[in-house]
Amino acid sequence: MTVEKMSIAKALNESLRKALETDPKVLIMGEDVGKLGGVFRITDGLQKDFGEERVIDTPLAESGIVGTAIGLALRGYRPVVEIQFDGFVFPAYDQIVTQLAKMHARALGKVKMPVVIRIPYAGGIGAVEHHSESPEALFAHVPGLKVVSPSTPSDAYWMLQQAIQSDDPVIFFEPKRRYWDKGEVDVEAIPGALHEARVALAGTDITLAAYGPMVKVCLEAAAAAAEEGKSVEVVDLRSMSPIDFDGLQRSVEKTRRLVVVHEAPVFLGVGSEIAARITERCFYHLEAPVLRVGGFHAPYPPARLEDEYLPGLDRVLDAVDRSLAF
Amino acid sequence: MTVESTAARKPRRSSGTKRAAAGASTRKSADSAAAAAQSAEPQLVQLLTPEGERVENAQNAEFLPYVSDITAEDLRGLYRDMVLTRRFDGEATALQRQGELGLWASLLGQEAAQIGSGRALREDDYVFPTYREHGVAWCRDVDPTNLLGMFRGVNHGGWDPTVNNFHLYTIVIGSQTLHATGYAMGVAKDGADSAVIAYFGDGASSQGDVNEAFTFSAVYNAPVVFFCQNNQWAISEPTERQMRVPLYQRAAGFGFPGVRVDGNDVLACLAVTRWALERARRGDGPTLVEAFTYRMGAHTTSDDPTRYRRDEERAAWEAKDPIERLKAHLLASGDADEEFFAALEAESEQLGKRVREVVRAMPDPDTMAIFENVYADGHALVDEERAQFAAYLASFEEGH
Repeated sequence: MTVEKMSIAKALNESLRKALETDPKVLIMGEDVGKLGGVFRITDGLQKDFGEERVIDTPLAESGIVGTAIGLALRGYRPVVEIQFDGFVFPAYDQIVTQLAKMHARALGKVKMPVVIRIPYAGGIGAVEHHSESPEALFAHVPGLKVVSPSTPSDAYWMLQQAIQSDDPVIFFEPKRRYWDKGEVDVEAIPGALHEARVALAGTDITLAAYGPMVKVCLEAAAAAAEEGKSVEVVDLRSMSPIDFDGLQRSVEKTRRLVVVHEAPVFLGVGSEIAARITERCFYHLEAPVLRVGGFHAPYPPARLEDEYLPGLDRVLDAVDRSLAF
Repeated sequence: MTVESTAARKPRRSSGTKRAAAGASTRKSADSAAAAAQSAEPQLVQLLTPEGERVENAQNAEFLPYVSDITAEDLRGLYRDMVLTRRFDGEATALQRQGELGLWASLLGQEAAQIGSGRALREDDYVFPTYREHGVAWCRDVDPTNLLGMFRGVNHGGWDPTVNNFHLYTIVIGSQTLHATGYAMGVAKDGADSAVIAYFGDGASSQGDVNEAFTFSAVYNAPVVFFCQNNQWAISEPTERQMRVPLYQRAAGFGFPGVRVDGNDVLACLAVTRWALERARRGDGPTLVEAFTYRMGAHTTSDDPTRYRRDEERAAWEAKDPIERLKAHLLASGDADEEFFAALEAESEQLGKRVREVVRAMPDPDTMAIFENVYADGHALVDEERAQFAAYLASFEEGH
């Protein structure tokens, strides 16, 4: 067992390094990923060690980045693409939705699309417009794509390995405000499946389901609730497509209450789907309707309003109280 | 005359009324500038005149050596390809009219561009077509009946693209030019000397993706040939609505050569494409070939060209028919006799018959195919929905 303590950013870097070492077909592509090492330095040092043919600085053209990655995948490569920020993925949305997601099906399974699209996403870093969005539901809604987001360094390391090894396109959302959070990574452990939810904290009174940046908030909420004598279970979904409904159902059948928490707007979000499906699956177990906590149906606000917009401890605890009051 | 030189494009600062008037005059001038740019047609690379005569001139001198090996038999082969492709296309159009196909995108008039470029390719080259490259598919030995599945509605592409190095038809305009560029980047990384060819139309040249493909291919010196069939119309919009300079000239701005070839001259298309492919193989990077041609029919069977273009225009292009000009040449040169044409007519009939039979016998896909190949590695939601729908369907069986 080789356990190291590292940040999520470092874990992602190590994971990319391992992928480049293991498989000569793996390529890193994106804007500024070479010499600069990416604006968040996730690809730091990789071009120096693997060369410009493996770690490729691209023109500033997102559709071009994803479109050429599709062509490289058709040629047998496994491109790992970096989109610089969440709000910049939309020029590439057409290529992702109309081409990348459907190529395998259109070809009746004869070609595979092992493309990973890494996107630093969500808010909390005081950035300007288009740098703090949570578009995961827009991708999870698209058949053919897998959509995941790690919340710990260990998951960052392993989920990225699994995403790169997958023959399906994976949208890999990195919670940018957690890049510098540290944790233990066992680089020899054999992880569970990419889409399996993880019980981050066991509890008995209510389940909080979250992913990416909100897992930490939910754990903090659980700790605060524990001081009031409430036992909160926190489920880290890890994957938004597919969603591990079996795992979530097990938790809800135990606690009989569920609050889903994400940064993205609540309306038609991942939480809406979870509320609907868990209601179908657990109708006779539920003591309260499934509640959702998340962003508003409004453009992501200027940085000075982020703290009001993003679900924090209080909004999560308020939802916990409302659920328990039923 | 360049567009930039027109004085009318300079903004004028004056009163509101005058500004409005100036705006109107600017628009008018811009239109006439565009028309001027379009009408100032550069000479085409042409090896065979509409009358079927071989020509040698300064314009085609560079390309002539690329077809110096072409024998009479080769010419008959090119003719056969064009005739059979036209027959297949006509049969598909008829099948659409008879309700056997939901839609058809005819290539009528573009046979020379497709056969000329298609026959320039090597087996290990890779083709990224639009939805109209039936002639190129023919050159790649894709069974033409396989092209009909998507138009009949039984699949989204009925062939394995890796078998013939002929990618699936791409509906979203211009998307495939980026796939071709990426593929070509991969070819270069592999150290192979294969080339990649991307087909698209004049309308697609307005798309961002095509321009990004130009950028990427130039930056990475990718071995890709961009083969644009300028058939003059993007559904109902003429080329003046897509560009204000001749299309092939755009390549210069991206840093690679562009050539305009007579798209109705199969020999010129063959020569120019071979030249461009050789550049790619040599490591000289991308080329834009603009095949100047004409779509004789509708964009697809859904539109009505009589609403947007004049009969005289079509008639003028009919005089440049790609098949007729090669036939005239074959007859005049004695490279083909009546026996050849008669045999080809018989072969053509057979192809038409087979296409009709295969289409009509094409089975609908199994219902559960909806859930197949959505993911390579599987997906829990798809599994769940597949099981639910199977149970739902089974419930009807139990009811009997």
